Amino acid sequence: MTRRAVADREDVLGVLMLAPSLAYVILLVGVPFFLAILLSFSNATAGSLRFEWAGFGNYGAILGDPIFQRALRNSVVVTVGSQALVVVLATAAAQVFRATFRGKRFARFILLLPWAVPVSLAAIAWTWIFDSTFSVINWTLKAAGLLHGWLYWLGDPALALVAIIIVQAWRILPFATVIVLAGLASIPQEIVEAAIVDGAGFWRRLFQVELPLLLPVVTVAVLFGVVYTATDLGVVYILTGGGPANTTHVLPTLAFQRGILGADLGQGAAIAVFLLPFLIVVAVAMLRLARRAEVGAR
Amino acid sequence: MKRVALYAAALGFMVFAGFPFYWMLVTTFKQNRDLYVGASDVSHIPWIFNDPPTLDHVRLLFGETEFPRWVLNTLIVVVAVVVITVAVAVPAGYSLARLAGRWGERMGMGIFFTYLIPPTLLFVPFSRLVALLGLHNSLGALILIYPTMTIPFCTWLVMGFLRSVPWEIEEQAMIDGYSRLAVILRVAPRLIVPGILTVVVFTFTLVMQEFVYALTFISSVEKMTISLGVPIALVRGDVYHWGSLMAAALFTSIPLAIVYNLFIDRFIQGFTMGAVKG
Amino acid sequence: MAGVEIRNLKKYFGDLHAVDGVDLSIREGEFLVLLGSSGSGKTTLLRMIAGLEHPTSGEIYIGGVRVDGDVPPRARGIAMVFQSYALYPHRTVFKNIAFPLEASRVPRQQIEAKVRWAAEMFSISRYLDRYPRQLSGGERQRVALCRALVRDPKVFLLDEPLANLDAKLRNTARDDLKRFQRQIGTTTVYVTHDQIEAMGLGDRIVVMEHGKVRQVGTPQDVYEDPVDTFVATFVGQPPMNLLDLGDPSLPPRTLLGFRPEHFLPRSTFAAGEDVRAFRFSVRRVEYLGSDRYVYGAVAESATPDATVIAKLPGTIAQAIPEGETQEFAVPRAALRYFDADTGLRRRS
Repeated sequence: MTRRAVADREDVLGVLMLAPSLAYVILLVGVPFFLAILLSFSNATAGSLRFEWAGFGNYGAILGDPIFQRALRNSVVVTVGSQALVVVLATAAAQVFRATFRGKRFARFILLLPWAVPVSLAAIAWTWIFDSTFSVINWTLKAAGLLHGWLYWLGDPALALVAIIIVQAWRILPFATVIVLAGLASIPQEIVEAAIVDGAGFWRRLFQVELPLLLPVVTVAVLFGVVYTATDLGVVYILTGGGPANTTHVLPTLAFQRGILGADLGQGAAIAVFLLPFLIVVAVAMLRLARRAEVGAR
Repeated sequence: MKRVALYAAALGFMVFAGFPFYWMLVTTFKQNRDLYVGASDVSHIPWIFNDPPTLDHVRLLFGETEFPRWVLNTLIVVVAVVVITVAVAVPAGYSLARLAGRWGERMGMGIFFTYLIPPTLLFVPFSRLVALLGLHNSLGALILIYPTMTIPFCTWLVMGFLRSVPWEIEEQAMIDGYSRLAVILRVAPRLIVPGILTVVVFTFTLVMQEFVYALTFISSVEKMTISLGVPIALVRGDVYHWGSLMAAALFTSIPLAIVYNLFIDRFIQGFTMGAVKG
Repeated sequence: MAGVEIRNLKKYFGDLHAVDGVDLSIREGEFLVLLGSSGSGKTTLLRMIAGLEHPTSGEIYIGGVRVDGDVPPRARGIAMVFQSYALYPHRTVFKNIAFPLEASRVPRQQIEAKVRWAAEMFSISRYLDRYPRQLSGGERQRVALCRALVRDPKVFLLDEPLANLDAKLRNTARDDLKRFQRQIGTTTVYVTHDQIEAMGLGDRIVVMEHGKVRQVGTPQDVYEDPVDTFVATFVGQPPMNLLDLGDPSLPPRTLLGFRPEHFLPRSTFAAGEDVRAFRFSVRRVEYLGSDRYVYGAVAESATPDATVIAKLPGTIAQAIPEGETQEFAVPRAALRYFDADTGLRRRS
């Protein structure tokens, strides 16, 4: 009888086939990740290869820097603001798009557009929409008689943040909607029908049956939304470049300005490390969700 | 009444999602004297063509800018990254789904989590690494780094896809006389084709969209990709050529939108695995 | 051809003991059925024989050769038919049947001849050029059997091959399968959760539960002489009635068991027949055409609420009014005794 050869050894084949992926992830994600943390404790610069220990020097410097404080606050405001908007809009949009109506395929196509377009190209289109002289939003508001003065969307710090939140919400909405729709589709039709037979109206069904069942999936949508928004560089970089007067920076743009443009790798890394709390919260939440799904599946 | 509300709501979402694209379209084909009229002039309606449409901006984009070059660069990077991703992620996903046994799932989860580590946290150390490797300002840097984003997600995607494909055909082939390796090489590929297709499409769209690494590593205009070149380098001196800019944005978005529309459900499965039981 | 020998075989998935110490000796040419509910370990046992699952410990011999350690599935001389049939969707019926022959590098002409011979045997010659998706469930099942046959296996392993067929088709398929196995005489191990299939097909039946073998025996053994209350209630439809009578003539904690078809009105037995009589209060009667099922309770029982079922053949015309108490009886020869604590049979 033929004995087992290497070609039959599942363990050997398994390791061999997994190795390249694992190597890529460890060498080019894991190692750089720790390097990022290490760099944040050094005063490395882009020009030289010298690497000197700086302790908490970078952190001390940025924490005392009003521009950084502002950027941190902006990151939180933009993330929370846009995701709050997304949750409400996506839940509503999912309710609309689960229904069948004429032209739904086309409507869905349009709804998905913002997610398909590259962030940088969407941002440049919005820059044009928010243009100080030619803004079509201002024209429309004026023509409708709602605006008498003038809105300098990207020139005013508060308005610029509003603009950034709108663009981020616009960009994430399709993704969140589709995820919530997938969640709705996975609710067994019998449960909904049982609620109808039990005499629950639309709102009672929505709040007492569907939303609780949708919670895990809405959470997933929010978690990815948080990651995409908090760590995004493109929208702010292109829309305002952090201006006016460094008032609209978020963590990624400030890290880019200091670390890459300013060649101060240590400080850039230290700023970027402040993204970690966002990510850890997300990772922990996802792990708990996954565990719950595992238990629930049994 | 209910129908009317439904259509109104659908229309509202369509306007919110689609209006920037309408604006791209209008801007692309408008003559300059129709385009550059201050918004304070309420009598000039910017939403419509007040003068006949023109192809001037499109001609400018393809004839006098580096845009065609960027398209070519993007395609080079796309092909290279797709090849690397498929070669690395598909076997890994297979291994996790079929060969790894009980720890496959957890390992897959671990690999997937690295997808959450964002470019904006890694670009600082990467800038150093890329300089060390002498890859600064070269497409090679992008080809090396982009798989860090595609491999984790695609490994997870393939693993999830394979879990929905029954094992029995592969087991049958083993009983019928194939070794495990022969099954992997000769039977499994046919079964994974849809999964591989999804990987290719995901990688394609991700490379088309990536901005952060391109911005960090590429400095000269002729090396840029579309997503970097259009917003950064399609500016003459200090003047934005909005017509050509919007033309570039429009022509890049259309193919992506079509591809997305076809594959959206598969991607979503990757994101919701576990949270949605299906 | 060969027998299969299994010694103290175990398979643990973490804390789950899927197969928990099985000893089994499958004779040459025998049709052996593994019967159990889902999770009983029957499929895991089959998959270990096939080599698709590695045992945690224990030994497997096929034709006297030990295979559990490092003999891959392809080298075990087995053929397997899965519940889903696992036909290669991109190959025609011909190519499906030819696959195992191609894989073992049989010359082309021989393949052709062999496939035609097997297809003839299962009367699917007409479908050889079709693809699996163009076939009905019954045809697919025959293709899968055909593919298993051409390997000339030492052992056939069948994992619920009839489960995906509709009820009508299942009867003919069962008949075909049994005839075919008798004809070629190859040792066959067949997994099912359906006791009718098990009784109808098996030379011997192995009743499994929680990874352990409860009883091995001919269908008659298993039905008439169950070794414990599990087998007694698992095999037979409706299941064997079990009563705790608290009868002082029996050892304490004894359960009395009898099959519903033995529990009949007293009047159907001859006066001198050795029977045990019960006062049966009838709750409900189900008319099923060939039979009547009578649900009720026995007054003598220590737990008078426990449901007892009588199965009356259509030949007994006697009226059984609901809500009345009647005298029923069981022939003494049909009574079985079990220990109420261990569930084991008491033979005294």
